[in-house]
Amino acid sequence: MSDRIQQKLQILADAAKYDVSCSSSGSTRKNHNKGLGDTGNGICHTYTEDGRCVSLLKILLTNVCIYDCAYCVTRKSNDIQRAAFTVQEVVDLTINFYRRNYIEGLFLSSGIFKNADYTMERLVLIAKKLRTEHKFNGYIHLKSIPGASDEIMHEAGLYADRLSINIEIPTDSGLKLLAPEKNRSDMIQPMRYLKNEIILKTEEKKLFKKAPVFAPAGQSTQMIIGAANESDKDIMLLSAAFYKNFNLKRVYYSGYVPISHDGRLPGIGSAVPMVRENRLYQTDWLLRFYGFKVDEIVNEHHPNLDLDIDPKLSWALRNLHVFPIDINKADIQQILRVPGIGLQSAQKIISARRFQKLNWEHLKKIGLAVNRAKYFITCSSNQYERRDLTEMRIKQFILSGSDSKYLKTSSQQLTLF
Amino acid sequence: MITLIYDGSWNGLLTSVFEAYERKLSDALIEPEQHHQPSMFRAGLRVYTDETKAQRVWKGLKKYLAADTCLQLYAAYLSEIPDIGQTIYQYMQQVFKRQASPEGDYANAAVLRIAQVSKMVHREKHRMEAFIRFQLTQDGLYYAGIEPDFNVIPLLLKHFKNRYADQRWLIYDIKRLYGIYYDLHTVEEIEINLSEKVKAGTMYAELFHTDETLYQTLWKDYFKHVNITERKNTRLHLQHVPRRYWKYLTEKQF
Repeated sequence: MSDRIQQKLQILADAAKYDVSCSSSGSTRKNHNKGLGDTGNGICHTYTEDGRCVSLLKILLTNVCIYDCAYCVTRKSNDIQRAAFTVQEVVDLTINFYRRNYIEGLFLSSGIFKNADYTMERLVLIAKKLRTEHKFNGYIHLKSIPGASDEIMHEAGLYADRLSINIEIPTDSGLKLLAPEKNRSDMIQPMRYLKNEIILKTEEKKLFKKAPVFAPAGQSTQMIIGAANESDKDIMLLSAAFYKNFNLKRVYYSGYVPISHDGRLPGIGSAVPMVRENRLYQTDWLLRFYGFKVDEIVNEHHPNLDLDIDPKLSWALRNLHVFPIDINKADIQQILRVPGIGLQSAQKIISARRFQKLNWEHLKKIGLAVNRAKYFITCSSNQYERRDLTEMRIKQFILSGSDSKYLKTSSQQLTLF
Repeated sequence: MITLIYDGSWNGLLTSVFEAYERKLSDALIEPEQHHQPSMFRAGLRVYTDETKAQRVWKGLKKYLAADTCLQLYAAYLSEIPDIGQTIYQYMQQVFKRQASPEGDYANAAVLRIAQVSKMVHREKHRMEAFIRFQLTQDGLYYAGIEPDFNVIPLLLKHFKNRYADQRWLIYDIKRLYGIYYDLHTVEEIEINLSEKVKAGTMYAELFHTDETLYQTLWKDYFKHVNITERKNTRLHLQHVPRRYWKYLTEKQF
């Protein structure tokens, strides 16, 4: 029996690992019944050798699937071992891992067998069993199955903390090419239903304290990067629209890991676009926390992000006319736009300058990346960048003073003239 | 110029601050006895911990500081950094001088240092919340041995009590020789003599529950199979899971 479960776990964890979402934060569920588990800011219990966090037990219920999406390992036509957990097996694994402090909860997804509703019902059943029979108050993330009916989505929301549905391919043409059996509206429908339901239930909760929580950690989605020749502009515009129209908590970007010899996709052995993925996340953060508009970062003139510098620096170099700004006077929105200053440093600056004017020494101690920021700010000191540097020069200075963690031998190509 | 020497306890530190004010010393040096170095130019004065005096200082601080700022000072103390007592004293001087919270004045050295050190300690606390691995014993106790960089056990109590309300557990600091035990009702601090083997996390097989090995194997398997080899990034891996913690991580045992 233990051999069998071991084998199943290996197969079904392997199949689930391309889903990058692993957050366990944002829920308000508390251990109210002296049961097992509590949620909060989320904890990463360990990290795999690829540097990704492990916070949830991320598995598929089964890797049997009726669809044949080119980018997916569990596609129907792929010749791999198939397996399926029973409901009780998933429950036991979750509870026992949780009790040993291995995980924050369960992330359950599944290949689609029979039809969408049938599959979704099984996922919901597991969540229900954990919540009601085992008094489990840890985190549960359920995958919504495209095309699942509103009634089942409603039940899912009652037991899960977060629900997500993957948009996978950012462009419609790409989706048609790689997953001809799927259509966008099947994915959007459950998302729209949940969004409205979440708003409704939050209102209810304000009026009646006892009202049940409904998907307290909201919804998220994921896009595969580099499988369908999309531009960074396509990705970020879609992403911004999702944040705006569906109140998504997160959009994840997953660099395509080559898994098949299909001619429509990058071949096996081609590199995973990890730098690009990183730049997309940086842009995502700029949109959500730094007050940038999406078209400031990607637009017709600039459809793709620079790989050698981060998107904020890239924006600053294109907009040198707004700098330098005075650290002791500028408002937080302006300070946040300076390369080398993050959210925390910006808040520290705002707080510290109430007591005294700040100079370079202070800024360094507070934790700014002064080597980048110095081209864009002035402070209480008569030393500041007086040269009228061009965009190119600043970029060169900054790049030569730092080394990229991705490009190990970053040989700066010399210009001949 | 006088050095006040305290016993290393939190109340001892607070008593020293009390003494410094009572004796009107503005430039006192406050040192714990284990790190005290007699000096030719400074007279040493031993401070005897007195709870009432300590409480008066603490109450005085609470008048000006928010609860979480008070917690920051305590967390900084738990770092056990040799001269942190002095920094805490300097911070308190700022509080009493301004009769207001100096929180946020990061251009002041003591204020910034307290913010940074308490952050370090909270990070270690958070790491422990992540890296503690319970092992189930025959008699149904979930045991975890830890060796945190800082003395964070007092900060862990609430988290684990809320989370594992329906199981008995024991978290034991192997370096500092004490732990916390939850008996399904309350958490208490305990000191026990554990054998070397138990301390090292490798308990005797017969102490284990029969399921323990199974779940450890499953967890190791899961850990291995959720990794994407094409994306191998050892540097990032080590940054998040520094080698010094591997000893107690089930998934890092082979």
